[in-house]
Amino acid sequence: MPRWFKPLIFVACLGPLFRLGWKAYAGLLGANPIEVITHSTGDWTLIFLLVTLAITPLRKITGPLWLIRYRRMFGLFAFFYACLHFTTYIWLDKFFDLHEMWADIAKRKFITVGFTAFMLLIPLAITSTSGWIRRLGGKRWQALHRLIYVSGILGVIHYLWLVKADIRKPVEYGTVLGLLLAYRVVEKLRARKPQPALASAKRTTILQN
Amino acid sequence: MLIKKTSEIKSSEITPKSLFVNRRAFLTGAAGAGLAAAAAVGFRKLEAPAEVALANTTIEGVQKSSFSTTETITPYKDVTNYNNYYEFSTDKYEPAGLAKNFKTRPWTVSVEGLVKKKKSLDVDSIIKLAPAEERIYRHRCVEGWSIVVPWVGFSLSELIKQCEPLGNAKFVEFTTIYAPNEMPGQRIAVLDWPYLEGLRMDEAMHPLALLCFGMYGQVLPNQDGAPLRVVVPWKYGFKSAKAIVKLRFTDQQPSNSWSKSAPSEYGFYSNVNPHVDHPRWSQATERRLGEFRKRPTLMFNGYDQVASLYSGMDLKKYF
Repeated sequence: MPRWFKPLIFVACLGPLFRLGWKAYAGLLGANPIEVITHSTGDWTLIFLLVTLAITPLRKITGPLWLIRYRRMFGLFAFFYACLHFTTYIWLDKFFDLHEMWADIAKRKFITVGFTAFMLLIPLAITSTSGWIRRLGGKRWQALHRLIYVSGILGVIHYLWLVKADIRKPVEYGTVLGLLLAYRVVEKLRARKPQPALASAKRTTILQN
Repeated sequence: MLIKKTSEIKSSEITPKSLFVNRRAFLTGAAGAGLAAAAAVGFRKLEAPAEVALANTTIEGVQKSSFSTTETITPYKDVTNYNNYYEFSTDKYEPAGLAKNFKTRPWTVSVEGLVKKKKSLDVDSIIKLAPAEERIYRHRCVEGWSIVVPWVGFSLSELIKQCEPLGNAKFVEFTTIYAPNEMPGQRIAVLDWPYLEGLRMDEAMHPLALLCFGMYGQVLPNQDGAPLRVVVPWKYGFKSAKAIVKLRFTDQQPSNSWSKSAPSEYGFYSNVNPHVDHPRWSQATERRLGEFRKRPTLMFNGYDQVASLYSGMDLKKYF
C-alpha cells in the first residue's frame, strides 16, 4: 500500500465527525440536534467496533498482511466516537450532574450496559501502543484485548434495549457482530480438531491391541 | 457547536415557509450531479401542486381559546419535519416526505359500538360541527421531548355528542386508517396495525381534549395526522391518535397499540407524570425542541384542571 493511504483512511474516519460539525454549523441537524448527535456518535462507535473486528477475519480470508496495521486505528476510532457519544450524554443530557448520571447508570439497564461497554474500551485504548504490547507480552495483551468482544456485545445490547419498537437496526448490528464472533469460534474449533481426532485414534489402537 | 435557543431566534430569522417547502429541491441540487438535480427539480415542480393543495389552505374564522398557553410556539418546520408517525416510518424525519401523497379525501369516520345508531360521518361535515378554535398546547412525547403547537379544532365532546353514545358507554376507542399502500410503515409489523388508542369517556368529554384538523392556522399537514386527529395535551403524544377512521364506544377499557406492544412500559392512561418513569428512562425532565437545557416535566403536562379526573387513583399503578 502506498504511504499516503493510511493518512487518507485516517481523514476518512473523521468524516462522520466533520459531517456532524458541518451540519450543526449550517443548522441542518433538524428539529432535535442533540438527539441526532447522540444517535450518530453511537452509530459510528458500533460501526468502528465492527470494522475493527472485521480486520482479522478479512486478513485471514483474503491474505494481505498490511490490513492488520489498520486494526489499531479503527479500534481507536471506535473509542474516539464512544468518547464523543459519552460526552454528549454527560454534557447535553445530564449537564454534568454526576449524581444524576450515577443514578441513571445504576437504574437504567441500557445505560448500565452502554457505560460498561465504554469502560471496557478504556484499557484497550490505553494499551494500544507498541510499548504496552511489549510490556504486557503478546499473549497477555491479546487476552486483554479480547475485551472488545464483550464491549461489542454490550454495545449492541445497549442499542437493542433503548429502541421503542423498531429493533431492525440493532438487529442488523447484532447480526454482523454475531458473524464476526462466529468466525472466531469456528476458527478456534478448527484449530483444536486434530487433538480429539488423535486421541480417538489412539484409543482405537489400544482397543485393537 | 451552535445550537440556538428559541428565545434568541427572531421571527425575521425564521425561514419563510415557501423556501422551506422547497428545501429538498435545494438539497438534491447540492448533493447530486447538476444534470440529475435539474431533472429532479423539474420533476418535483410537476408534482408540487397536488401535494401542497390541502396542507397550505388557511382555515377561515379561527377563534382564540382561553386554553392556549402563551409559551413560545415551536417553529412550523420542526413540527412538520419531526414526527413520530410509525405508519409512515419509525424515523422521525421521514414522515414529512413519505406522507406527501397520502389521500385525505374522500374520508369518512364510522361510529360504532354502544351508540344509539351506528353511522358513517364525512370528515367535512365533522369539521363543521362547531366553530374552529386555535388551541396552543404543550405536547410532550413519551420519549422525552416536547413542542408547543397551535392546533386548530374544537372540543372532542362536540363530535361525541353527535355520536349519541349510550349510557353504558364508558370508553371510546379510536382507530387510525389502515392503508399499507400509502403508508409504508404499515408494511412492517413494528406495531400491530391498525393503530388503536382510547380514552375513558370523562377524559374524552373534557373540554381540553381536542378534535383537531388544522395547525398554524392551516389545514393539518399529512405528517401531523390529517385529516382528523385527537390531541390530548395532558397525556403522552402517542395517546393522540392520528388519521382517525373509526370511533367505537365500549363498556370495556379498549386496548391501545403501545400497551399491546409493551404492557410494562406504556399504560392505557399514559398521563404525563414526572414522578412515574418509563421503565427505561426518566420522565422527570424533557427537551423542548429548540432549547439547549432540559426543563422539568410538569404533572399532567401542566394541565392541572384534569387532576380531578384521576382523584383517588394510584397513578403509579394506572400509569
